[in-house]
Parts: sequence; C-alpha cells; structure tokens
Amino acid sequence: MFRDQAIETIDRAALERLQLQRLQDTVRRVAAHVPFYQQKFAELNVTPGDIRSLADLRRLPFTTSADLRANYPTGLLAVPFDDALRLHTSSGTTGKPKALFFSRQDVDNAAELCARSFVMAGVVKQDVFQNMMTYGMFTGALVTHYGAEKVGCLVIPAGPGGSEKQLMLMQDFRTTLIHATPSYALYLATFIEAHGVDPRRDLALRKAFVGAEPYTDETRRKIEEGLGLEVYNCYGLSEMNGPGVAFECAQKHGLHVWEDHFIVEIINPQTGEPVRDGEAGELVMTTLCREAMPLLRYRTRDITSILTTPCPCGRTHRRLNRIAGRSDDMLIVRGVNIYPQQIERVLMAQPGVGRNYQIVLDGLDEMTIKVELAEAGFEAKVEQLMKLQNHLAEKLRAEMLVKPQVQFLPPCSLPVSEGKATRVIDNRKL
Amino acid sequence: MNDVKLVAAFAENKPGQVAHFTAILANANINIRWLAVASTGPYGVMKFLVSDPELACHAFKHEGLIAKLVDALAIEVPDQPGRLHAVAECLARQHINLDNASGFIANNRAFLVIEVSDHAPAREVLQQHGFRILAQNELPL
Repeated sequence: MFRDQAIETIDRAALERLQLQRLQDTVRRVAAHVPFYQQKFAELNVTPGDIRSLADLRRLPFTTSADLRANYPTGLLAVPFDDALRLHTSSGTTGKPKALFFSRQDVDNAAELCARSFVMAGVVKQDVFQNMMTYGMFTGALVTHYGAEKVGCLVIPAGPGGSEKQLMLMQDFRTTLIHATPSYALYLATFIEAHGVDPRRDLALRKAFVGAEPYTDETRRKIEEGLGLEVYNCYGLSEMNGPGVAFECAQKHGLHVWEDHFIVEIINPQTGEPVRDGEAGELVMTTLCREAMPLLRYRTRDITSILTTPCPCGRTHRRLNRIAGRSDDMLIVRGVNIYPQQIERVLMAQPGVGRNYQIVLDGLDEMTIKVELAEAGFEAKVEQLMKLQNHLAEKLRAEMLVKPQVQFLPPCSLPVSEGKATRVIDNRKL
Repeated sequence: MNDVKLVAAFAENKPGQVAHFTAILANANINIRWLAVASTGPYGVMKFLVSDPELACHAFKHEGLIAKLVDALAIEVPDQPGRLHAVAECLARQHINLDNASGFIANNRAFLVIEVSDHAPAREVLQQHGFRILAQNELPL
C-alpha cells in the first residue's frame, strides 16, 4: 500500500534532481537568515552558488548537537519567531535542551511523513491507534498522533504507563495499533499475561510501532510473541522532526528513509569522511523541506549502514539498517571501531552466559570481556568452561574483528548499568 | 544403588574464594570431607564431598553462586600401597577415562573418590573385581 505512490517509487535520477533543488533552496535560506550558518560558510569559504551537485554537499559544514545547545533558544531559527507554530525540545542529559521549531508547513510535513510510514506498514483508516509514547515536549507522541489522524485512524492519546488503563482502553475500543518504546511494550506483554489476558483471544491488536530506543531482533520477537501482533521498527529523532524519518515496509528488512525530505550520509565518525555504501558509520542527515529550522549535515551520532539493493516493495527510497549503537559509545581497539552493542548481540545469542558484561582495556590494546556465567553454562568441568570461553572469544572476534580475552564471573558480580562509564573500563596506557 | 554426589561450584581464582565457600557450608552446619579445586587462569571449579550435598548446593545457590550436583564413585580400599593403582588399572583395561581421583582416611578406613567418564560401566567393572563401592549414606561423613 502506498500513500503517495508517485513520490515513494520515484526513479533515482528524478529523486536526486529533486534533492539537489531542495538542498540549494535550503542552503540559500540558511545563508540568508541563520547567523550560525553564515559564519560557518565564511569559515569554509563556501557560498550557496557553490552547491551545483549533490556531491557538493561535502563542502557544507556539519551541525552537531553541541551547536544546537550553543544556539539555544532561537539561534538557528530561519523564519521570524512569529511564523514558528510549534516548539519541541530534545532532552539533554546535561545542561540546556535542544530547541526545535516547526512552521505550519513543518508540522504538516512531519505528520505526512508519519502517515506515509504508517500506510507503508499496512495501516488503514479503520485502525484504532493507541499512542503510548510521552506527550509533551518530546516529538515521539505528537508527531505520530497527527500522522495517524491523517490516515484517518481513531487516535487514543493514552500516553505511557498506567498499564491497567492501557489494557482497559485496548479492550473497550478494540485497539489495533500501538506505538511504544521496546521496554514498555515488553512490560505490557508481561502485565497482560499476569492479568490472564490472552492478546490473541481477547484483544484486537494487529501491529506495534516500536522505537525511540535501540533494540534487537530478539526483543522484536519477544514483543510479537507476548502481544500477539507484528512489530515494525521505526526510527526518528527530534532534530529531524521526530518519528517518521525512516520506517520499515512490509518486508521488515531495513527502514526506508524518506529521501525527498532528507539527504542521508554515512560517515566515519573519526574522520568525517564518507564510508563505502553498506559499511557501518555515523548517520548524518540534512533536512530538505524544513522551513523553521533547517539543519545541514546533522551528526545524529547513531551508527547504521545503508542497504542499497532495491526493495521488493517497489519504493526507491533507500533503507537504513537497524541502528547498531551510538558513536559516543564507540571504542577503538587495535585500530578497529567497536560498539558495545556488537558484544551485547553475541552474548545474547550465547546460551550459558548472562547479558551483563564489562569491557576492560589494558596495556597496549589488550581487551578483556568480563561476562557473568549463567547456570545453564556450568557443567562442573573446567574443560567445558574453557571450551565455552574459546567459543565466545571466537564469536566475538568474528563480530568485532578483534579477538578479546573472555573471563567468566559469578552471577551478579558486575554492576547493572546501561551507561558507558561502567561498561567500559579503559586502563590503556597509549 | 546411588552414586555419591559431589557439589561442584563455579569460583573465581582469587584470594579468599575457598574461605567464601567454606563459610557458607559452616553456616549451614555442613561437614566437609574432601575438597578438590581445578582452575584455569582466572576461574575454576571447586568440588566438595559433604555430609549433605543437596543442602550444600541449595546454600551456594542461595548466596547467588552457580552450583550443581555431580556424580562420583566412592570406593573403600585397604590403606596400603598399590590400591589406587589396582583401581586405575581395572578402569584402564575397560578404556574408561579417570577424570579425577583422590582419597582420604576417616575412622582408620581409607576411601578413594573418583570421577570417571562413564559411571555405570566403571561401577560394574570395579564391583566385578571385588571393590566395595559405597553409597552416600555409607560414607563416614
């Protein structure tokens, strides 16, 4: 199903012409109205007239989250304050948030891209959409709310939490779609089961849109199993309108990114240079249609790669692979870029070990992965432990291209935390 | 007839580890007859022959440790030279691998504790050769 078949299946040459025209327009507007970009252009000795092809994109400056904070609250506004229709913020763990302004057209475009994404995943007017994301300054709930209304769904702005109320709404209004974070969707599945509700028998759920936190395919399967529905992976970030940037189609193999609204680049986060197609790197995005606050080459810090093969669904907009991690978390060991999520994936697929781990770097790039042994991994034989250890080290080597030492620890001996600080202990003397 | 049960636990190879385990057993009022440690680098496996293996296993798990019961054969032998050799030779002839062997003396009686690759044939061949295999409740614990 298509919402806008002409644009969704536009041929690549026409799409690239459209991108160039919109990029040139965006560059002209920021050069005329945004002092931050005026200064950057002057530093790089680049003018709007220099952008003659999409390859010239690389002459433009990056924009970072630090730039957004430094220009808080209105420094990056490209239209008069009066023409801004909505303000969202993206939370920061420290200091000021990032302020993101939307014009009337921006609000409408963001909703339209969500509507396009929903229809791509098979949403129809008859669906009942229960939105379990946080309403408020965060883009996650409001943008999808308007998107689902555009499709014509009945939208229930339930917000997060309050699982008894969520269940009541799902039962009373025959909810068919939900939108939630992976952690809440998993919790909801447990809650429903504990209340004796069989989702397949008692509820009308069809699909879940799950995003806002990175998650694995295994988590997807658990949510699908527990809630009796199909999970669609969605990606967005407030700096790029929020949700609706990239969604899965029915193939569920990569997320189509709407290239008539965004230019995507994948770069090496260290050098800023583009990586080869298909190689993993940091996602960098440029807005093409945004009026109130256009952003050039925004460093998302999310790590992914581009799938360039044509999608059987017929859409020509390229796909992003599932987000592999954050470039902030990246380690460099023996010259190789490593993300903690890679290690997590290997551990999760290995019976006999827990999911909690610690990465210790010592001396000259010696890497040790400490992992808690699980009961199922213990056969009371040293040889078996050594075998498991070698097997795991080999799996990790295949994933990371660096062979670490693996060290088993008793359960509950590592601190439980998601943060980089406790996951990675860097004692290297380089 | 039941095999003797050992309690095996996963342990880190660092100072204080044996004390950590023995404290748990002492608090549960469990008598230790025999202990074997097998380690490789930073960790290893400790095996205990105790008065109450089920309780000991439960006590370890209660403290968040990984433990399980494993089978062993306990053989009463005369306390004189050549007895372990006789057992080993008997198993060797049947191509049964001897994983672990040690012994202890209690009440002027000598006991061998062995772990083998395959218990049932080991028990059979040893009994055929007149060795006395003990059940858990026959051990002087």
